[in-house]
Amino acid sequence: MSREQQVAERTRRAFLTGRTRPLKYRVSQLKALRCFIVEQQKDIAEALQKDLGKTEYGTQLYEMLGLEDEITVALDHLAEWAAPRPVGKTLLTAMDEVYIQPEPLGVVLIIGAWNYPWALTMQPLIGAIAAGNAVVVKPSEVCTHTAKVMEDLLPRYLDKELYPVVTGGALETQELLRQRFDHIFYTGSSTVGKLVMEAAARHLSPVTLELGGKSPCYVDKDCDLAVACRRITWGKFVNCGQTCIAPDYVLCEPAIQDRLLQEMRRCIKEFYTDDPKSFPDYGRIINRRHFQRVKALLEGSMVAIGGDSDESQCYIAPTVLRDVKPEAKVMQEEIFGPVLPILPVSGPDEAIRFINSHEKPLVLYIFSSSKKVIKQMIAETSSGGVLANDCLVHYTVSALPFGGVGHSGMGRYHGKCTFDQLSNLRSCLIKTLSIEVINRMRYPPHTAEKLRWARILLLTRLRLGRLRQLALVALLGMLAAFMYKRFIM
Amino acid sequence: MSAPPSPSPTRWFKALKRTKSGESCMKTCPVLCAELLNRARAAHRAGRAMKESFRHAQLEAVVRMMQDHECDFVDALGKDLHKHRFETVMLELIMVKNEALYAASNLKRWMEPQHMDRTLATSLDEGLVVSEPLGVVLVVGAWSSPVQHCLVPLVGAIAAGNCVIINPSEISSHTAALLLRLLPSYLDNECYHVLLAGTNDLLEIIDLKFDHIFFTGNGTLGSKVAQVAARSLTPVTLVLGGKNPCYVDRQCDIGTTAKRIAWARFQNAGQTMVAPDYVLCHADVRDQLVQALRSSLNQFYGSDPRESCSFGRLVNVETVKRVKDLLWKSGKVAIGGQVNEAEKYVAPTVLTEVVETDPIMQHEVFGPVLPIQTVNSLDEAISLIGQQEKPLCVYVYSSNSKVVSRMMRETSSGTFCANDCVLQSLMPMLPFGGVGSSGMGSYHGRHSFDTFSHRKSCLLRGTRIECVTYLRYPPYDDRNLSLMTWASSLSQKGQGWCQIL
Repeated sequence: MSREQQVAERTRRAFLTGRTRPLKYRVSQLKALRCFIVEQQKDIAEALQKDLGKTEYGTQLYEMLGLEDEITVALDHLAEWAAPRPVGKTLLTAMDEVYIQPEPLGVVLIIGAWNYPWALTMQPLIGAIAAGNAVVVKPSEVCTHTAKVMEDLLPRYLDKELYPVVTGGALETQELLRQRFDHIFYTGSSTVGKLVMEAAARHLSPVTLELGGKSPCYVDKDCDLAVACRRITWGKFVNCGQTCIAPDYVLCEPAIQDRLLQEMRRCIKEFYTDDPKSFPDYGRIINRRHFQRVKALLEGSMVAIGGDSDESQCYIAPTVLRDVKPEAKVMQEEIFGPVLPILPVSGPDEAIRFINSHEKPLVLYIFSSSKKVIKQMIAETSSGGVLANDCLVHYTVSALPFGGVGHSGMGRYHGKCTFDQLSNLRSCLIKTLSIEVINRMRYPPHTAEKLRWARILLLTRLRLGRLRQLALVALLGMLAAFMYKRFIM
Repeated sequence: MSAPPSPSPTRWFKALKRTKSGESCMKTCPVLCAELLNRARAAHRAGRAMKESFRHAQLEAVVRMMQDHECDFVDALGKDLHKHRFETVMLELIMVKNEALYAASNLKRWMEPQHMDRTLATSLDEGLVVSEPLGVVLVVGAWSSPVQHCLVPLVGAIAAGNCVIINPSEISSHTAALLLRLLPSYLDNECYHVLLAGTNDLLEIIDLKFDHIFFTGNGTLGSKVAQVAARSLTPVTLVLGGKNPCYVDRQCDIGTTAKRIAWARFQNAGQTMVAPDYVLCHADVRDQLVQALRSSLNQFYGSDPRESCSFGRLVNVETVKRVKDLLWKSGKVAIGGQVNEAEKYVAPTVLTEVVETDPIMQHEVFGPVLPIQTVNSLDEAISLIGQQEKPLCVYVYSSNSKVVSRMMRETSSGTFCANDCVLQSLMPMLPFGGVGSSGMGSYHGRHSFDTFSHRKSCLLRGTRIECVTYLRYPPYDDRNLSLMTWASSLSQKGQGWCQIL
C-alpha cells in the first residue's frame, strides 16, 4: 500500500469517528490554526523568503492577514452557517418541517499552488474545517521550504489524523488522485486542472477548480489615469506578476497609451526605485523554466518600459509592452510574470468583442469613471468576477464569492461560500404519520376525482406573505370597525 | 396533431431523423449535434435567450405545452411504461408545470443582482453578485421519468437565460419522439433543440463542448460523462441512482407506514430513482409490516395486479430478466413473485429473510420488488446504511422524534424524508440532488436557476480614497503594516478588509 493510500484511509477512519461533527470541535481546530499563524510568523516568513524571495511585509500583507480574517469570519458565523435552513412551504407541506441541513462531505483533498502557498492552501482549509470535514493538505512541491514548514509545524496545532499534510511532487500527487475523496479543491493551471477533474470523475468526486487565464484590464479614456496606473502597477507587479488574478493585459484607446506609459513609469520608479533588481520588495520568477518561458513571450513585441533580465537570479524587470497585436506571442498564453502588454482598441465596444473572442477569464478589470461603461462591460462579457477601478482587492471581500467560469475554473469560495461548497446541503422533509386523509388521493386505484384533488394540492403555492397581509388587513378592518362603533356611534 | 403511424419504436426513431423539410437524414448523431450546437451557440452569442420577457414567454410556452398535450403525454408514457394517467399527470406533467410556474413567478427576483450588505467598512464600495447564463447546456434524461428528467432541467436552464439541447432517452422512445415533435412548436427554434442520441453517441457528443452538462442516469455512465467533460473543463450536474434505505421503527403506525412505502415503491412498477430501495425493519414489527403491505397492495391493485390498469410494466425485457434474477436469488418471497416476460410484468413483490450479501442488496433494484431485512435496533440499521454508498434518499418511519433525529444525523444522503417517501423530491423549494455515488449538484426551483447560472461577483470601487490605499503600495515598511493590521482588525466584522487596501 502506498503512503498516499495509507494517509487517505487513515484520514477517512478518523472522519468516521464523528469527532468533526460537534461545532465545538471545529471551533477549537480553527482557533488552533489561528494560533499557528500568529505564533509561527517568523518560520513562515523565512520559508517564503527562501522559496519566493518574499519580504516579511509582503508575506504578512498578501498571505497571512487574509487568513486571520477568514478564520474570524468563520468563528463568528459558524453556528449560523451550520444551522438548519428553513425553506418555503406548499399547501401539501404546510404542517411539516421543511429545511436544508448542511452536513460535512467527508474527506477533502486540497492541492495548493506555489504563488501564494499559504493563502491558497489555508483558505480552503479554513472552510473545510468549518464545514466539519477531514482534510488532506497537499502543498505545492515548488515551494520546498514552505511545504516543509507546513508538514512539520501544522500537526503541532491541528489534529494529525484529521488534517494530515502530504508533501511530494507530481508522482505523489498522481498517487493521491488515485484515492477516493469526497471533494477535491485544486488551485493551479488549466492543464493540470483537467487531469484533476478527470481523476476525480472516476470516483464521482465533485471538484472546485481555481484556475487561471488572461485577465483583461480595460482602461477607459474617461478615468483618473494617475490613480488607475498606480493600482494597475501595484496589481501587476506584486509577487513579480505571479498572481492568478493579476491584470494580464491592458486594453485602451491609442490616444491615452502614452500617458498610461508615463504614469506607469513613474509608479514603477516610486514602488521599486530606479533599480528594482537590487530592491528587496521586488520579487523573482519562481524558477528557471518559468523565467525562460516569460522571457520568450517578449519576442516580437515593442518594449516601452523595462525589458531587462538576469537569468542567474531569475530576475525580469517590471516590463510594459506597447502597441501589442492580438497575434503576438505574449497574447497566446497566461503571462504569469512581470510583463504587461498594452493593446490599443477603439473603445469599450471593441474591447468587449476582443474579450468575448477569448476564453472566459478569472477576473475582468475596468477602469472608468463612467457607470455606463462599467455596466455595459459587466453585462456584455463573462468572467469569474469583475473589479472596477482597482486590482486584486475583490479577493479580500469574504462576502463576495470568488471563483472562475469556463476555462478559469468552477466552484466558489471565501467566507460562507467555502462552507457551502464543502458541505452536503441535504434536503429534509419531516412529516408525521397522521393526517393520512390528504394522502388518500394519491393511492391507487387511480380515479379522476383523486386526480382533481392532487392538482389542487400540488399546484397551490402557500403564499405566507400574502396570507399574513390578508390577516393584517382583516385585523385592521376589525379594529377600525370597533373604533367606529365605540367612539363615533 | 395526430400521433405518428409507425408501430415499432425503433422504426419510428429512425424515421424521425429527418430535417424540417422532410428529407431523410443520413447524418450521424454527433454531426447533427454539432450543427444544433452551432445554432444554439450563435443564438446565445446574439443574446437571444437573455431578456426577461423572452425567458418568461418560453416558460409560459412550456406550461401551455404540458396543458395542450396532456393526452399525448399520457398516451406516450402509457406505451413506454404502461404508466397510468394519474401517475403521468401527477408525477411528470404537474411537476414540470409547477417548476415552470414557480420559475416564471420568481424570475424577476432571481435575475436581480444581489447586493452585498453595506457596513461601515464597505460603505465606499458597491459589491454585488450578478447571475448570468452559462451558454449552451446539454440535458440528458433517463427513461424512468422521461418527461420530468428532461423538462425540469430545461425549465431551469431557460430561466437562467441559456440555450439548451435536450437528449431524451431512446429507451422511452414514444416520449422521446413526442418531445422531438412538440418542442419546436412551442419553444424558440434557435435556442432550444431536441436531439435523439443513444448512449453510444453520448460521449462523443459531450466532447463537442458545452457550457454545462446535466445528466440523469446510472453511476457508471455518469462517471464516464464526467471524465469526458473534464477534458474541456465542462461543469456537470449528475443525478444518479443508488439504493435508498428505508428504516421502519417499532414505534410507528404500521398501517399508514405500509401504505406510504407501498405507494412509493410500486408506482411506475418500481422504476423511480427516489423510491425506497430496501426496508430495514425492526424485528418486533416485521410481520405486521408484511401483513400491512399485503393489505395495501390488495387495496391498490386488487388481487391480481396484472389486471389493474394502475400498475405499470417494466420498460423492456432486459430489465425484467435482471429483476427476476435478483428476486429469485435473494431471501424468500412473502408477497407476489410472479413474472411474465412477454408482458414485461413483474408482480408487486415483497421479499423477507434478506441478508446484506444477497444479490438484491448489492445492486439497485429499480423494479417492483421490495426486500425487507430484519434488524434488531436502530444502531444496526444505521451501521448497515453506513456500509453502503451514500444514496439519493434516506427514509425513516417512526413516531419517535429522537429516532428520526439520529437517523438524520448519523447517515448521509442527498435528501432525507421522515414518515413518507418521494415528496421531498417534488418541492421546488428544496434542492434535489445526490452526494457521493448518488451524484453531484442539485436542482429544482431556485437551485435550478443557480445551477445553470454563473454568479459573477462584482466589486465597484471609487478612486477618491487614495489617501488611505497608499498604505498598501511598496516600498513596504513597518509603520504601514502596523497601521493596516490595526485597520483590518477594525473592519473584520464580516465583510473583509479591502477598504483599507
